[in-house]
This record gives sequence, structure tokens and C-alpha cells, in this order.
Amino acid sequence: MGGLLFQAFIYLCAAVIAVPIAKRLGLGSVLGYLLAGIFIGPVIGLVGSETQTIQHFAEFGVVMMLFLVGLELQPGMLWEMRNRLIGLGGLQVALTTALITAAALMMGLYWSVALTIGLIFSLSSTAIVLQTLNEKGLSKTEGGRAGFSVLLFQDIAVIPMLALIPLLALPELVGGGGDSLVTAAESHGDAGHHHKMSLVDGLPGWAHALVVLGAIASVLLGGHFLSRPMFRFIAESRLREIFTASALMLVIGIALLMTLVDLSPALGTFLAGVVLANSEFRHELESDIEPFKGLLLGLFFITVGAGIDFNILFNDAFTILSLTVGVIVIKGLVLYGLARAFRLTTTDGWLVTLGLAQAGEFGFVLLSFSLQNQVLPAELASTLSLVVALSMLLTPVLFILYDKLILNRQPESDERQADNIDETGSVIIAGNGRFGQIVNRLLVASGIQTTVLDHQADIINMLSKVGVKSYYGDASRPELLHAAGIESAKAVVIAIDDRSRTLEMVEHIRRHYPEVKILARAFDVNHLYLLNKAGVDIAVRELFDSSLELGKATLKAVGVHPFKVEKMSTAFRKHDESGMNTLYELWDENTEMASNKAYLARARELGETLKEMMETDRMQLHDRSERGWTPPPKHYTKDMGE
Amino acid sequence: MSDPEKDEKRSMTQKAVKRILILLAHPSLERSEVNRPLAEAAAAIEGITLIDLYAEYPDFQIDIDREQQRLLEHDVIIFQHPLYWYSTPAILKEWQDLVLEHDFAYGSKGTALHGKLFLNALSAGGAEAAYRAEGYNHFTIRELLQPMEQMASLCGMRYLPPFALFGARTAVDEGRIGHHIDAWIALLEALRDQKLDIETAQKLAGLNSDLNRLIKEA
Ligand SMILES: Cc1cc2nc3c(=O)[nH]c(=O)nc-3n(C[C@H](O)[C@H](O)[C@H](O)COP(=O)(O)O)c2cc1C
Repeated sequence: MGGLLFQAFIYLCAAVIAVPIAKRLGLGSVLGYLLAGIFIGPVIGLVGSETQTIQHFAEFGVVMMLFLVGLELQPGMLWEMRNRLIGLGGLQVALTTALITAAALMMGLYWSVALTIGLIFSLSSTAIVLQTLNEKGLSKTEGGRAGFSVLLFQDIAVIPMLALIPLLALPELVGGGGDSLVTAAESHGDAGHHHKMSLVDGLPGWAHALVVLGAIASVLLGGHFLSRPMFRFIAESRLREIFTASALMLVIGIALLMTLVDLSPALGTFLAGVVLANSEFRHELESDIEPFKGLLLGLFFITVGAGIDFNILFNDAFTILSLTVGVIVIKGLVLYGLARAFRLTTTDGWLVTLGLAQAGEFGFVLLSFSLQNQVLPAELASTLSLVVALSMLLTPVLFILYDKLILNRQPESDERQADNIDETGSVIIAGNGRFGQIVNRLLVASGIQTTVLDHQADIINMLSKVGVKSYYGDASRPELLHAAGIESAKAVVIAIDDRSRTLEMVEHIRRHYPEVKILARAFDVNHLYLLNKAGVDIAVRELFDSSLELGKATLKAVGVHPFKVEKMSTAFRKHDESGMNTLYELWDENTEMASNKAYLARARELGETLKEMMETDRMQLHDRSERGWTPPPKHYTKDMGE
Repeated sequence: MSDPEKDEKRSMTQKAVKRILILLAHPSLERSEVNRPLAEAAAAIEGITLIDLYAEYPDFQIDIDREQQRLLEHDVIIFQHPLYWYSTPAILKEWQDLVLEHDFAYGSKGTALHGKLFLNALSAGGAEAAYRAEGYNHFTIRELLQPMEQMASLCGMRYLPPFALFGARTAVDEGRIGHHIDAWIALLEALRDQKLDIETAQKLAGLNSDLNRLIKEA
């Protein structure tokens, strides 16, 4: 127990110190984790052999990552990207694999080893690149989008690679080795017998195939038909941790099922993710799984860092460095060629080229997986993992090159063009009861993309029946807002039926996303003032407008000219607003409104009693509304020189 | 639409009445001394439709279909308004911009208004003497309203010169309003019953001075 706590403490400590520093230096979190690992492993030797075991466990983060990648992949989005995804992404993986395999063959490696190396280095670092693009605000540029398609293709390509690699096992290495959580598809042959649990062991070929197909079908059909009622049932219990538990249960369950039929768990969870991508629970699932994925992947990177063998680097620095540069150059050439072939501008082409030239985290996964499956000799694997790590460490340098050499060289107008962002920006609407619904309908009708969140499963259910895109989740949870895409949203509308939560949300969002516009539903004047104080951009009293409308209707009903009514109500609104603003300056949020002396004094000044207040209304309104179209005085033409 | 000339002949023989649409634009009717009594008098005449545009569209959201339908259902279109900055109050401009669509009011298929009569009935604060080349307003009312004359022409309508009350701010105090209202009623009835000499009227600068001569006895 003590040992476990000690280790956990060391890992967490390293991460907590290294990652924020790395981020501040513009290196990104992946590099932070790697550096943390390097520090506690090779540098000060606090952790040792157990990293191997921890790494196997941490690989489950990859399974979760693929689940999340699946969740992001709505069919419509995939279809829009199809050309780049398959063309650009497919060619990138194929050409890079081919070139690197060829290079490895020329160095005299066995073909299966060469091919494995080719596959490993065809991948780039989704984690580093996406994060960097986001941080630099480049993800919506043409180059950023092209990069995303390539990365997405690579992430999907990992799945067949995981299936392929065991088939490349070197006969002389087969025999020992452990199993991995990432995949249970084992090397065929004698190695299979050490598996404890399997549904397909000893089955004839046709039965094996049937069971496998059955398992996939149950993931697809179950995901499509069973998951919604199940999540709805759980959601109605309003117990957040149970929802989290069920999300974890789903992912682990599918991973387990896949393991039992000798398939890749990553494949299974990816499919489940795609099936759930259109579900109203998508954002809630994302926000539940995300932290686990983040921590596990972080742990994974730390173990990779800790496992780096610096002796190899120091013994053979020249080879390692030239291999790294070689990999970056080959990948860069392929990327640049393809970017030009796919008609990207020079700037965008360079972004893709320099951004994606590194090897990626999946490279580590494939490396440790190849090692377990006796595809690569151990010594070669540790050399290669050094190359992967170094190429990733160089990524920030390449991005700096991009910033300094490419962007600076481009004339202003060209850069504008590269930044051509075709969306007006989306809006998140929290709360979709009677209030939020109207806001949403107006926005959708105006062609604005909205993401609707509500914590009542039945409302979401009803909305999805009438075709409104909405998601289940407690909108006051920061993670859910994150999953709903608040980073890229233009505005957040808070229309929930809860005073204090509204206030908390405004405070939270203002603190973490200073850019986004916040619009909120206020319950009354006091609430409105609190919201203003919390930094809301616009708050609207929920009953003010409807009361005013009813007042207008009443005036018309008793025979006041409709245009006069229009003028009166406009004047009333202005008068009320300016009164509110003067009072706001005096108002002090810590004091209950009624006991606030300054406020009361001012209110008294405006009118001792409600009656006087109304008298003021009457007079001021008269002045305001009478001003327009006042005819000139009777004899005004006298002094006009007629 | 049918041929206007034939139309006229047929209605002449049948003594059919013409339907008159008055589009009233006054943004503060409760203070009006001239246009309100004129509107009330017009509303009391049979066969006349009076539309208070500011009452119907206080938020300026003019219903294009409804307004076009109204135009189709009438033969004489009158803009009744106080003269504001040598033109109409804003809502009448909005009305023109929205309702007079291409292929409805103009253009190769835009024949909906062909043959209809159009005129302005307005009140001006300035004296008549000011509305001439030597006066401080330099132009006659008909000259100032040329955009509307041309509007009528483009839409194939027959334009009549304005029916105007000058010195409108003192008309009530000086007891000139009663006579003006009587003339207004006579004009509307003559238009309705087709007793107005259109050809002669079209050449005048205004309808007021020679109104009695223009109205033919049946
Ligand atoms: C905004 C405004 C603009 C006006 N512009 C003119 C003008 O250009 N020429 C003029 O003779 N009178 C002008 N007047 C005076 C009005 O024509 C006059 O007040 C109106 O015809 C009186 O009619 P009523 O009693 O029905 O309101 C203007 C009045 C207002 C309020």
C-alpha cells in the first residue's frame, strides 16, 4: 500500500510540476508528461522496472481516446471531409510507410521489421498537433483542417495496424511476452495458450467468425438501440457519479467483450463511439471519459519518458539524431508534396508540413505493442522510441519555424486569406425549457449553429423527437461546457431555471473563457445586478418583455393609437433602463437590496413611494414620447420670410 | 389586368363606382388638427377604404401581400399625409419600398396598377406663397412631389396633381378648415362617381383652386 501511494505520488508530482511548466513554455502537455517521465526515470531514478506494468495499464487511455475520436465522428462531418480524409490522409500514411519501409530495408533490416517501422513512423502526434493548432488559433485555417483530416485518418488507421502487427511476428522472438490491454489479438501460434479468458479458443474457424461477427453486431446494435434507454434511465436518477460509472462501464465492457473474442478493444470502443456520436448523451459521455483518458494517457507518456534509455542516446548520438532528422525530412517531403497536390496555399502547405512531421504517441503504443508481440527486437525498439520521442520534442521548434519563417514572410493580405473562417461561430444554449427553447428556435431559424444542453432527460428526449439537436447534461458543469465546445463558441446563452447556478456559470465562464459572450436570463432586478457584477455581457429580466407586451396590448385594447403605444413602450423601456443603471451604481451586492441605504435614498429621490415613482413615470414618459413629430408652433412661418 | 380604356367605357355606361383607397400616414394623430378631421370625414363616405398605416404597422413591419391585395381591390390610390420635409412621413416611403415590387407594380409583368388613379392629399405648414419660385421654398408642391409623380408613371398609373391645404398650422384658428373638408368630400365623391374631368385636372398644378369646374354634373 505504502509503495503504491509513494509511486502514485511521484507520478502525480512529476506531472503536476512538469506539465504546467511545459505548457507555459509553449511545449504542450504531451511533451510535459514525457519530460516528467524522463526526469523521474533516467535522470533521478525514482522509478524503475514497474513502469512496464503501469504502461500496460495506462494504455487503456488509448482505448478511451479512440472512443472519444469515434464520438467526434458524426457521419455528416465525415462525409464532408471525405476527399481529404481518404485522399490526403490515406496517401500520407501509404507513402510515408512505403518510403520509410524502403529506407529501413536499405539499412538491411528484415522486411517485416522494416514494414512495422514504416507503419510506426507514418503516424503523427494527434495530441500535440491538435493542441498546438488550438493554442495558436490555427485549427480553423485551411491548413489546420487539412492537418486534422490527416490526423483523423491516422487515428483510424491505427486500428487495422493493431490487427496487422501481430501477424508480422519474428519467429525467433516468439515465445515469451505479455499481453496488452490495447489489443488481445495475439500472435497466432503457440503464444495463444497463455490467455486465461476467451470465447473463441478451440472453436472451429466458422464458429470463430460467427462469434466475432456477433460481438461486433452487439456493439453496433446495442449502442444504437439499448444505450439510449439505459442512459435515459440513469440520467433520470440525477446522480452524476452513476452516469460516470455507466460511461466507464460501457467502455470497459466493450473492451472486455473485444478481448474475449480476440479483437482489438480499441476497434470496439471506436465503433461504439461512432454509434453514439449522434446521441443526445454524446457531450456528457465525452466529459465523463475525457478526464480518465487524459490522466491515463498522461501516465502513459510518463512511463514512455521514464523508459527512455539514455545510454543508447549517448552511446550512439549520431545515429539517433540522424535517424530523427531523416524521419522528419521524409515525412515533411511527403506532406509538402501532398499539400501541393491537394491545392493548399503555400502557407497552409507549410503548416501541414512542419506541423505533422513528427512521429506520434501512437508510435509509442505500436512500439510497445510490437515488442509484446515479438515483432521487433527489444534493442531496436528502444532506439526507435528514442527517435519518436526526439521528433516529438522537436515539434515546438518546427512550429516556431512556421511562425517565424513562413507566416512572417507572407504579406498581410495573404495571411488574411489563409485565416478565412467560414463559420459565424456557434452558440451554446444551457437550459431548454420554455425560455431557452424560444432562444434556440430564433437562432436556428437564423442559420446559427446551436448546441443545446439540458439536465432533464425527458426534455432532451422530447426535443430530439421534434428534431432539435440537444444533449443531456448538467450545463453548470465546466467539463460539459468544454465538451460542448465552449472554446470555439461565440456565445453562451444561460437560460436555466436556477438563480444561483446561473450566477455560478457566469462566474466560471467569465473566468475561464474571457472571449466568449455570455447572455443570461435574469429572474429579477437583484439577480440582474448580481449577473452584471459577475461579468455577464447581457442579462434580460425574464418577465420584463412579456409584461411590457401585455401592457401594450392592453393600451391598444382600450383604444390608444397603436403607434402612440409603440412610442410609449419604447420610452418606458428607456426610462426603466436608465433608472436601473443609476441604481446599479449605488447597489451593493453584499447588502440585501431592501437594507441598502444608498439605494433606498436614491429610490426615495426618484419618488418617495410607488405612487410617486409612477408619477415620475408618467411625466418622464410623456416628455419622452411626445418629443417626436412635434408640429412647429402655430405662427412659425411668420419669421421665415414668406 | 383588363384594358383600362375598355374598363372605363364599361363602367361609364354602367355608372359603376370607383373604389378609393386612402393610405393615411400621420405619426402623431392625437395632435393632428388637419389630417385627423380630414380622415374622419373620408371614412364616413361610402365606398372609401381608409387605412391608418401607423396604426396598422406601428413597428413598420408592413404586410406586403395584404397591401398588394388592397391595391388590386381599388381603382384610386391616395396618399394622405402632412408634408414633412417636402415629402411624406417615413412610413409611406417604407410602404413604397416594400409594396411596389418588381413584376407587381413595374417591370414586364408588373401591370397590377395600370390605369389606376394616384394622388397626394396633403397639408403643409408653409403658405401657398412660399411654394413657388419666388417664395422661400422655391418650388411648387407638384414639383416637390415629382418622385411620386414618376412613381405613378412607372407603375402605369394616371397621376393627378396634389390636393393640398397650406398654412396648416393656423387653418383651424383662421376658420379655413371647414371649407377644406367640404372640398375634400366633394373631390372624393367625384372620384368615386367618375365625375372628375381627369384630362383637364392632370394639367393643373393643384386640385384645390378649380375643383368646382373640374366636377362635371351628371
Ligand atoms: C417633422 C416635421 C416636418 C415638417 N416639414 C414641413 C415642410 O417641409 N414643409 C411644410 O410646409 N411644413 C412642414 N411641417 C409642418 C407640417 O406640415 C404641419 O404641422 C402639418 O401639415 C399639420 O397637419 P396636422 O395638424 O394634421 O398635423 C413639418 C412638421 C413636422 C412635424
